[in-house]
Amino acid sequence: MSDMDRLRWSCRRGLLELDLVLQRFLNEEYPSLGAEQRETFNRLLRLQDNDLLDLAMGRADTSDKEFGVLVNLMRK
Amino acid sequence: MSYPVRKFDAVIVGAGGAGLRAALQLSEAGCKVAVLSKVFPTRSHTVAAQGGVGAALANMGEDSWHWHMYDTVKGSDWLGDQDAIEFMCREAPKSVIELEHFGMPFDRNENGSVYQRPFGGHMQNFGAGPPSQRSCCAADRTGHAMLHTLYQRNVRSNTHFFVEWMALDLIRDSSGQAVGVTAMEMETGEVFIFHAKAVLFATGGAGRVYESSTNAFINTGDGLGIVSRAGIPLEDMEFWQFHPTGVAGAGVLITEGVRGEGGYLLNKDGERFMERYAPNAKDLASRDVVARAMATEIKDGRGCGDNGDHVMLKLDHLGEELIESKLPGIREIAKKFANVDPVKDPIPVVPTCHYMMGGIPTNYRGEVVAPSGEDKEAIVPGLFAAGECACASVHGANRLGTNSLTDLLVFGKSSGDSTVKFLKQNLEHKDLPRDAGDLTRERLDRLNNQTNGESVSEVGAALRQTMQRNCGVFRFPDLLANGVAEIKEVAQRVMRTQISDKSKVFNTARIEALELDNLIEVAVASLVSADARKESRGAHDRADFAERDDENWLKHTLWFKEANRLDYKPVHMNPLTAETIEPKVRTY
Ligand SMILES: Cc1cc2nc3c(=O)[nH]c(=O)nc-3n(C[C@H](O)[C@H](O)[C@H](O)COP(=O)(O)OP(=O)(O)OC[C@H]3O[C@@H](n4cnc5c(N)ncnc54)[C@H](O)[C@@H]3O)c2cc1C
Repeated sequence: MSDMDRLRWSCRRGLLELDLVLQRFLNEEYPSLGAEQRETFNRLLRLQDNDLLDLAMGRADTSDKEFGVLVNLMRK
Repeated sequence: MSYPVRKFDAVIVGAGGAGLRAALQLSEAGCKVAVLSKVFPTRSHTVAAQGGVGAALANMGEDSWHWHMYDTVKGSDWLGDQDAIEFMCREAPKSVIELEHFGMPFDRNENGSVYQRPFGGHMQNFGAGPPSQRSCCAADRTGHAMLHTLYQRNVRSNTHFFVEWMALDLIRDSSGQAVGVTAMEMETGEVFIFHAKAVLFATGGAGRVYESSTNAFINTGDGLGIVSRAGIPLEDMEFWQFHPTGVAGAGVLITEGVRGEGGYLLNKDGERFMERYAPNAKDLASRDVVARAMATEIKDGRGCGDNGDHVMLKLDHLGEELIESKLPGIREIAKKFANVDPVKDPIPVVPTCHYMMGGIPTNYRGEVVAPSGEDKEAIVPGLFAAGECACASVHGANRLGTNSLTDLLVFGKSSGDSTVKFLKQNLEHKDLPRDAGDLTRERLDRLNNQTNGESVSEVGAALRQTMQRNCGVFRFPDLLANGVAEIKEVAQRVMRTQISDKSKVFNTARIEALELDNLIEVAVASLVSADARKESRGAHDRADFAERDDENWLKHTLWFKEANRLDYKPVHMNPLTAETIEPKVRTY
């Protein structure tokens, strides 16, 4: 099963901004993540659209350290 | 070999606000209903709505549904059907209160009533003013809260969700009645037939036909593509609402507040061109004036960038401090989506598609209607539609802000009620036709076996560019004619798309190819309809026919896929109980 295809579809969201952020992340950051961080990314994708976008845009912060690392990459 | 069959009383395609609201009516009435969605329901595009839902609750001062109706008819530039508009405005307060009872966390006044804010175009006293406070919100997450409230309620009533399933084609029997859809489970790539007594489409908008669009990637107009392949026309597809300033290439909105604070637009020569178009108001001229000027600069070769396809919004002169304090978030948006820091450099912007006024023709009960013999509005048995994919038509030539959430609550419910009623009168499933599923199989086989074909992303880009260039916010006769020819060529290419990955499992390439099959119907319908309408009305703004022409064009367009045929039908000028609002010049 193609993990990447499944992920690509999980990055389809209701907010355009999030589509754009996640598409970039998937293409540019995801390939160099380790197995654990990939798992964390999967967990991150389970967040609500608005919560995830607020994190990505720096409008909110997370106390989850594992999330924090990925969120910083998203904010790049 | 036929596809495996699953049987339900009704199948609803789409789990945004409209689909969820309709599903609730069915589940609560005890019907066995399947709801299909490409994405998890609360990730539907309704989540993006921030401005609120319009309803004349009169919590913040005097208001009445008659005034709301007047504003909506006027907003529609008299193309909206007045029976449907009356129905929506009259039902809106009930729908909002009902949603409140479902647990929607609306903002509140001190006395506990729902707080309402003002919104453009909503007035007291039949347009005379002052502005009416009519928009009900849940902070800046109205759409999000609405989806959650409706989803939870559906789960409680045992609505059967099929998440990450994509509907592909409508099945009609020889009498024309809708008897089901084909749909693909993305995870396995398997196709099933959903055999039902009734089918309801709530697939949302199709903003992805434009290069610059505020719509999420999933908004590919699937319901419109599906019904048009099944012989049902699309109504008023020339009417698209644009926002003047979206980030070029990305579509993310830059608030008009930027110009309010002193930002201004530049063409490629660095000229502040709004001084020419609106010497007094300049960059603060009304939305349509600004959008028209931007489109003219681009058309006349004064656009910026390699393709000359956008203009620049300059705000660095405002200074870092003001930008940070008065325009929070803009710097982040510009950096992230335009790759510029507006404190130093201008933001590339372009008129950006936001909302589709046209869609699947319905009456105010959410029943799909299409010409049959002499009758321009014969009911298609078993077929229903609601939300942005439907054209009731309440928005006519132009939608008022906050009216689309109203639309999906009111017509989600009424289409659900109509479906329940239909199910009571049609107790048995009608047989599937012998060729059920054949169209889907042909399309999938064609895609899998295509050789020497076209790339989906390249053809998709050509489609979006053709629409953006030729069928934008301000329309020129030469561009429209050119656009019709170009989009027909693109349509030929769509029939030859090829994918390299043929695997069945979660194949996004295949999904995107299938989405493109739907986008192309929307794009062709829009260009052909726009080229034919020789007037300016609402969002259809033509350089060669600057005025509204009620004598010849107070009518709805119907586009048929077959031979690109156009037909027209009258606007419903008679409300259900209120008096007709007679056409007037529309000024704000
Ligand atoms: C940025 C933005 C802000 C907005 N703000 C407001 C506002 O403040 N007030 C307002 O009134 N309006 C607003 N609008 C407009 C409004 O949000 C939409 O018109 C409305 O949410 C559409 O709802 P819907 O239920 O029709 O469709 P959607 O919410 O788009 O849902 C469509 C559903 O159909 C499903 N679907 C589509 N194709 C298929 C298929 N082939 N198979 C299976 N499922 C499918 C999707 O998965 C999804 O569940 C805004 C729009 C945008 C872009």
